[in-house]
Amino acid sequence: MNIHEYQAKETFVRYGILVPRGAVASTPERAREIAAEYGTTVVVKAQVHVGGRGKAGGVKLASTPDEAFEKARNILGMDIKGLTVRQTLIAEAVDIAHEAYVGIILDRASKRPVFMVSAAGGIDIEEVARETPEKIHKLAVDPFLGLQPYQARALAYRLYDHADQANQAAKILSQLYRVFVESDASLAEINPLVTTPDGKVWAVDGKINIDDNALYRQSAIAAMRDLDAEASAEVTAREAGLSFVKLEGDIGCVVNGAGLAMATMDLVKYYGGQPANFLDIGGSSNPDKVVAAMNIITSDPKVKAILFNIFGGITRCDDVANGIVTALKRIAEGSNGPLTLPIVIRLTGTNEAEGRRILNEVNLVATDDMSDAVQRVIALSRQN
Amino acid sequence: MSILVNENTRVVVQGITGRDGSFHTRQMLEYGTKIVGGVTPGKGGQQVEGVPVFNTLRDAVDATGANTSIIYVPPPFAVDAIYEAADAGMALFICITEGIPTLDMTKVYASIKGSASRLVGPNCPGVITPGVAKVGIMPGHIHRPGHVGVVSRSGTLTYEIVHQLSSAGIGQSSCIGIGGDPIIGTNFLDALALFEQDPETHAVVMIGEIGGTDEEKAAEFVKSQMKTPVVGFIAGRTAPPGKRMGHAGAIISGGTGTATEKIEALNDAGIPVADRSADVVGLIRRAIGGTQ
Repeated sequence: MNIHEYQAKETFVRYGILVPRGAVASTPERAREIAAEYGTTVVVKAQVHVGGRGKAGGVKLASTPDEAFEKARNILGMDIKGLTVRQTLIAEAVDIAHEAYVGIILDRASKRPVFMVSAAGGIDIEEVARETPEKIHKLAVDPFLGLQPYQARALAYRLYDHADQANQAAKILSQLYRVFVESDASLAEINPLVTTPDGKVWAVDGKINIDDNALYRQSAIAAMRDLDAEASAEVTAREAGLSFVKLEGDIGCVVNGAGLAMATMDLVKYYGGQPANFLDIGGSSNPDKVVAAMNIITSDPKVKAILFNIFGGITRCDDVANGIVTALKRIAEGSNGPLTLPIVIRLTGTNEAEGRRILNEVNLVATDDMSDAVQRVIALSRQN
Repeated sequence: MSILVNENTRVVVQGITGRDGSFHTRQMLEYGTKIVGGVTPGKGGQQVEGVPVFNTLRDAVDATGANTSIIYVPPPFAVDAIYEAADAGMALFICITEGIPTLDMTKVYASIKGSASRLVGPNCPGVITPGVAKVGIMPGHIHRPGHVGVVSRSGTLTYEIVHQLSSAGIGQSSCIGIGGDPIIGTNFLDALALFEQDPETHAVVMIGEIGGTDEEKAAEFVKSQMKTPVVGFIAGRTAPPGKRMGHAGAIISGGTGTATEKIEALNDAGIPVADRSADVVGLIRRAIGGTQ
């Protein structure tokens, strides 16, 4: 789960990290009020869960309250990489003498939390990691010991020659590690970590991503979830217990199992089609999940045909077939009437013959071969 | 022959009285697995499918001589169950549970690393040695005994490929689902090393997916250390960056972990990679030269 910059900064403040004053505005009027209250130059920053906000025009300086109003009016409602900006952060601008990068990730290779710091801050750390990896200093932390003070100091001295700033940075790194662990983060970063001309070190932008698996014990963070900031189909899917990712194509895919769902999308592409989504309905034959899946897929106007790919293991194919039939009946009785999109169903595994018989009874195309099903659904999508 | 699971495997089910635990206990017993005990705190003295239940794993091991455990415990308690299994001296413990916080897994990994205990999973379908024993949730009947090892991060995709192998008359020595989480106890390299030591495994299918770099490391190992031929399949060629594709570990982050990189690494190591899951059978046939 992602949280917004302003929420990450509120978290930093609770851990004693210096953050420029800021407040959220969802109207231009509120932006003007905040800027007037601060009486300084402010930065108006779009709050959306994507990188590259600055390049997209979602971050602007404003030297007067009226200018803050104007910039906020431009940014609010703006579309950045498919997400609509509904909130801006109005933050006091600070003078920048130096910028650094500090971050922690859960590193899969070392299986530990790993610090990454770089004196080249304010940059795209992924780009630096690729182009000039020698500019990034890394430290893997023992998960039982945590970050020791000497380690924090060693990292801090990679960023600053001046003892006063290094001390400030060491304290920030220790606190950032606490934020990371206590929030069950998969990533916590400050970018840029800014030194102002008076020698103070500030977190001017920040990002915290939370491990979805830990949300059950992070209720305060789970409550920060901004449903408006996510694609609505993904929100609906999550609430229905489905794993869903929207893509750009026209073949809707409903599959049991994540690996098979990816392999199905890949096969659609292999045969010259474009998948409209990733969707894993899990091991259940529950008609409710099938209905939810169909509703999500059919709400995408681009979808021209739907492919079911079900491998019956412990889940029996006849149960899944009944689930699909029930779901289609329920959709037909609903406000939008019967589904008009062509459907191709591939069923293999436990009780597959019975499953196909149930589907054939209601004139649904069912096959046992994945490649065959994919080619058929692509052909149907082109007729539609 | 086989890896990890054989006729000497004596299994305790941790979380045996739960919905999944009791259901799969019956399934595993029907397959012929020696399930000798179960654990659910507070339910010692009961029976599930004729299997005695104990309050602690230590009690179960003392009473039954179990050497393997399988964990069907919900996420908030699963890490405790893993530590209990390690402490009880299990040679192998398989964690089926999906949804364990990754930070907890950093500690689990650090604590069992270098010990004699082997963890498979979490978030995995388990291990099966066809015709001998299944310790997991996979449908047993799609497998048949034979000489091809299968190692995979996924569940149903593995069943798909195993089903095709079996339908083509190609049996399996053992199939191991290593799990879809970012931090797992046994990775591709570990599983491949075990298959390499098994004289009855004549070829291995490695089923990878986007996220992380374990496939790349395994490819280096195949190139430098393995004589047994390996063929591959990588899911997620069409996955967009930055999105979790169902499995917690199936995510392209910071531009790494793409299917393209993995396929290239496998090809560079001389491992043929199937374009479609259906093509794995053909690659295996070529690898073993029709000796099956």
